[in-house]
Amino acid sequence: MGTALAGQKLQFRSSVPCRCTRARTVFTRAELTLKPLPYSEDALEPHISRDTLNVHWGKHHRTYVTNLNNQIKDKPMANKTLNELIVEAWNSGSPTPEFNNAGQVFNHDFYWESMCPNGGGEPTGELKAAIERDFGSFDEFKTQFKAAGATQFGSGWAWLVAEGGKLKVTKTPNAENPLTNPAQTPLLTMDVWEHAYYLDVQNRRPDYISTFVDKLINWDKVAERFAEAK
Amino acid sequence: MALRGASTGQLARSLRAAWGQQQSRALVTQSLPDLPYDYSELEPVICAEIMELHHKKHHQTYVTALNATAEKFAEADYKGDIATMIALQSALKFNRGGHVNHSIFWTNLVPPKDFEPPSGELLKAIESNFGSLDNMISIFSPKTAAVQGSGWGWLGYSKDSGKLVLETTANQDPLSTKGLVPLLGVDVWEHAYYLQYKNVRPEYLKNIWKIVNWKNVAERLEAAK
Repeated sequence: MGTALAGQKLQFRSSVPCRCTRARTVFTRAELTLKPLPYSEDALEPHISRDTLNVHWGKHHRTYVTNLNNQIKDKPMANKTLNELIVEAWNSGSPTPEFNNAGQVFNHDFYWESMCPNGGGEPTGELKAAIERDFGSFDEFKTQFKAAGATQFGSGWAWLVAEGGKLKVTKTPNAENPLTNPAQTPLLTMDVWEHAYYLDVQNRRPDYISTFVDKLINWDKVAERFAEAK
Repeated sequence: MALRGASTGQLARSLRAAWGQQQSRALVTQSLPDLPYDYSELEPVICAEIMELHHKKHHQTYVTALNATAEKFAEADYKGDIATMIALQSALKFNRGGHVNHSIFWTNLVPPKDFEPPSGELLKAIESNFGSLDNMISIFSPKTAAVQGSGWGWLGYSKDSGKLVLETTANQDPLSTKGLVPLLGVDVWEHAYYLQYKNVRPEYLKNIWKIVNWKNVAERLEAAK
């Protein structure tokens, strides 16, 4: 990206709450690139296979990026950040064609970073206290989060969000996400599109969900997002 | 008898009892239909592993959940618990839709060795509505590939206009929600093709035409008219 941006003025927009994991500086961008996985393709084995990450990140996620770039090139949208694109394309609930791709690019970035090798276990510190305060117990959070993933009919996502100073579990269909709700800040997501788990556990979505919650959640990252949201 | 102050349900039951009538409605338990072919017979278009999972696990799960939900709904209905009845409606739609859609889908497919192209009245209808079968496919496939997330592509019949219509539905919404009679449905939930085609949905949609049971589609059209 270097030479294309040489001479571009970098702006720091302090008024824009940055919920995404990209750099806080905002600049005119030629096109989006597929963000690398935060770990190698086999790093989440045996919980999520290398084959799954290879196709899920390398094909599905990459295709969303490619298709979005094709949709926005030579349009004013090309000068927006991903988060701005999502809100604009959401169009107050009548989403434009760019929404599905933009939403899915964000959702997958957020998902990869919501997991880590040797993840799972329990949160600590302020995040743990907030979970216990708002759900009653960590077990109750797990119950609600798993239920959200299991009862999202069709494709979609389960989320832990901060809203009005409280934590809650939500679920969204297809490409939707909490960025379109100004009251919510996403902290954690789990992909429940079938492509997220089908090669590994086929129809057994509940098994994937349990594995995600027990073995994969990157609680350090969730805590970081929680601290930023306050 | 004291009818004043009774709820509508109580009133109805009181009246029926008074007239010596008994009303009972048997809850119909749905069951998984058998496939008209073995799991491996749709190869190489759809592999045996997909067919077995799709039928024995996915479709069975819709049937099991549907029966459980329908029973809860009937109980809530009997008790006059409308809040529960309303809360169960999305699960009813999803699971009944899943059962209906898959039951149609299995009959819409035929082993490649038994494939026959459309003919007779069906072919006439396809040509009159779309110009040719190839043209119909050239619209159906991309339209179905473009379904966001999970859903179905359909060839449907409109009783109002007598036309054949290409449509899509989301999740397990049955085609009747679009006011059409289903003739041919193609499942594009990822479970329908993922183990074999991965993310390449268009390849699955290209190959499915080799196993469409046009005789079945023709029968459905006749029944719909």
